[in-house]
Amino acid sequence: MKVTVERAELLKSLSHMHRVVERRNTIPILANVLVRAEKSALHLKATDLDLEVIETVAAEVSPGGATTVPAHMFYEIVRKLPEGSQVVLEASGDRAVLSIRAGRSRFTLQTLPESDFPDLAAGDMTHKFKLPAADLKRLIDKTQFAISTEETRYYLNGIYLHTAGTGKSARLRAVATDGHRLAQFELALPSGAASMPGVIIPRKTVGEVQRLIEDSEAEIEIQLSQAKIRFNVGDVVLTSKLIDGTFPDYARVIPTGNDKELTVTKKDFEAAVDRVSTVSSERGRAVKLSLTGGRLVLSVTNPDSGSATEELEVEYGSDPIDIGFNSRYLLDIAAQLDGEVALLKLADPGSPTLIQDKESNGALYVLMPMRV
Amino acid sequence: MAAFCRDCLADAHEEARCPACFSPRLVRHPELDKLTLAHVDCDAFYAAIEKRDDPSLADKPVIVGGGRRGVVTTACYLARTFGVRSAMPVFEARRLCPHATIVRPDFDKYMRASRQVRALMLELTPQMEPLSIDEAFIDLSGTERLHGMTPAKVLARFAARVEQSVGITVSIGLSCNKFLAKIASDLDKPRGFAVLCATEAKSFLAPRPVTLIYGVGKVTQGKLARDGYRLIADLQDADERELARRYGEEGLRLARLSRGIDTRAVNPERNRKSVSAETTFERDLSSFRPLERQLWSLTEEVSDRLKHDGLSGATVTLKLKTADFRILTRARSLEDPTQLAGKIFAAGRDLLAREINGTRYRLIGIGVSALNEASAADPADLIDHGAERRAAAERAVDRVRGKFGQKSMNKGLALEDDGDGDR
Repeated sequence: MKVTVERAELLKSLSHMHRVVERRNTIPILANVLVRAEKSALHLKATDLDLEVIETVAAEVSPGGATTVPAHMFYEIVRKLPEGSQVVLEASGDRAVLSIRAGRSRFTLQTLPESDFPDLAAGDMTHKFKLPAADLKRLIDKTQFAISTEETRYYLNGIYLHTAGTGKSARLRAVATDGHRLAQFELALPSGAASMPGVIIPRKTVGEVQRLIEDSEAEIEIQLSQAKIRFNVGDVVLTSKLIDGTFPDYARVIPTGNDKELTVTKKDFEAAVDRVSTVSSERGRAVKLSLTGGRLVLSVTNPDSGSATEELEVEYGSDPIDIGFNSRYLLDIAAQLDGEVALLKLADPGSPTLIQDKESNGALYVLMPMRV
Repeated sequence: MAAFCRDCLADAHEEARCPACFSPRLVRHPELDKLTLAHVDCDAFYAAIEKRDDPSLADKPVIVGGGRRGVVTTACYLARTFGVRSAMPVFEARRLCPHATIVRPDFDKYMRASRQVRALMLELTPQMEPLSIDEAFIDLSGTERLHGMTPAKVLARFAARVEQSVGITVSIGLSCNKFLAKIASDLDKPRGFAVLCATEAKSFLAPRPVTLIYGVGKVTQGKLARDGYRLIADLQDADERELARRYGEEGLRLARLSRGIDTRAVNPERNRKSVSAETTFERDLSSFRPLERQLWSLTEEVSDRLKHDGLSGATVTLKLKTADFRILTRARSLEDPTQLAGKIFAAGRDLLAREINGTRYRLIGIGVSALNEASAADPADLIDHGAERRAAAERAVDRVRGKFGQKSMNKGLALEDDGDGDR
């Protein structure tokens, strides 16, 4: 195998590969990236057995061939090669090494046979639809922060992507929750997605997709089945297993009867929460919201350091209420609100509160209060 | 030689009794005016508090204990003369001292007294490091001008204040480092005041057993004895490099401590980092069910202690020791701190299930770290509506046990037959 490839192209692709490869591996081949050269392309592939990325880079190839090399080291080498250089990869059949040359630098890396490299047998994908990158990005951004990291409830460790409603009002909906907050975002159901199964996309996959589409403006093709999902982003194909579990019935968590409505300028609210929470401790992050008439008083008391209060003019006409929230969670949600005015619908200090943009844009958030 | 009266703080010389108040409680030591680091230890803490609160017990043997594990938590000095010791099963204590009054522990009450004692120490200096509910290190260096008297006198006055305002007695060990101060506080118990300085440390330590050094338990003692180190003198005589070669870092520590050298500073920030419990089996275990059962009772113990101490923790760590003494630890972070046995167990059980592969284990332990206050624990959950019910159920069981004893209510798992061993 002999391949000549632009360093910049190779580096970009390897940066996608090495993120998928876990730092510590008990199975040696999983630390490697598969390098396959054929026709005028170099195909790279990395996997952690749950997630697989395949990318194609234009290259001069003669002759073709395939092998695997340690992903992190390969990435580091290419990263340190001079900008603008041409990289030559060469492997001969008789020695288990890949040589890497660029300018006057020369490396050899030990290889493992490509036949040992695992394949994430994808099986048949049952559904296929397209989403503009911007929509997919919003769908992820608005919900990702609420994904749980607790392994005991593994079925919350991802975004639940499913359809909601029927006919004209049918939506593609994403939901994530960690038990404290819940984020929901929906958009018009793309054609091809009707009757798709509800799937839970693991958090690592969500993060990788988010990075891949960062600068993309293209249409992203999504294929899925009960067990797997695949994203086609330009030259990159990312295939992932789905979380094998049942996402809880989240609908009953979303309050419908909260009648105490608070309307507040989002920017002011966010800044005020941020300011008063400065005195909160690592341990307790509760901020208290006291509402009377058109006045909101935010306060934090930290027995170890001090206290803070701030007053905001708001629209609020219901009975006075004192309610506490984790300030970090409030800020996480505020950061995802797009509009100028935020709407909070409260019930009582012990029940979930609904937060959304005044001009609804498909996103809504539910936040559990804290004892204050 | 410097000396003063512990009752009236008057200076004394060679007299047997205080020249001012005629008290016999004089403390005398050549370095008395120079030493600043002390270990303060409450005498028979729990029993002393029970006697304080019920004067009719004052001259009777009192044993604080019972509860689930049915062991003596504290025995008063009178009970100790009958051979009663802490950690002894209550039935045995009863046999040794049938007329003793046995009192169930009231940890809230002891915690309140402990806070009072700590507050009195903090009036003297912020350099105070609690070691447990009833003991602390205190470093009074640099406070002589502030208090207008030597650290030794400040400590004697402090001991008297504890007696007056808390109603219990303390013993004080004054020295130049933590290791020696802790040894000293034990020399003159109860209501004691002992001084041990660096110059006399070596000869003082020499004839004592190696177990006097903290961290040297039965296992280490056995290992040291096999290598010929029985007394601290044996360690003093040994070549430091030889100890380092045999026992590594630990060897260097033994070499230093055997000579009375200890450079650890009093650190007020040193907080408890974890709460854990472990047990070694009579026979090695390899299958899930018996291990799970052990895990449950340890989890309950950990949860009890968290609840007593007003703590919660967000990381659960499972510890296993294999038959060939390899130690495995597996940890899991929870979304929120908890103090509930149910939640700790769920995480621990999950971690345990992954380690069941035929390996034989001789020990299992469970611990909770990333500690937090109880108020931060177990917030309401959006998704898991059963969580609140289960938490309420566990707290109800706690209340029943508080009233009728630990054995009054048990999880089915804990009652299972002792089919323990895997043959």
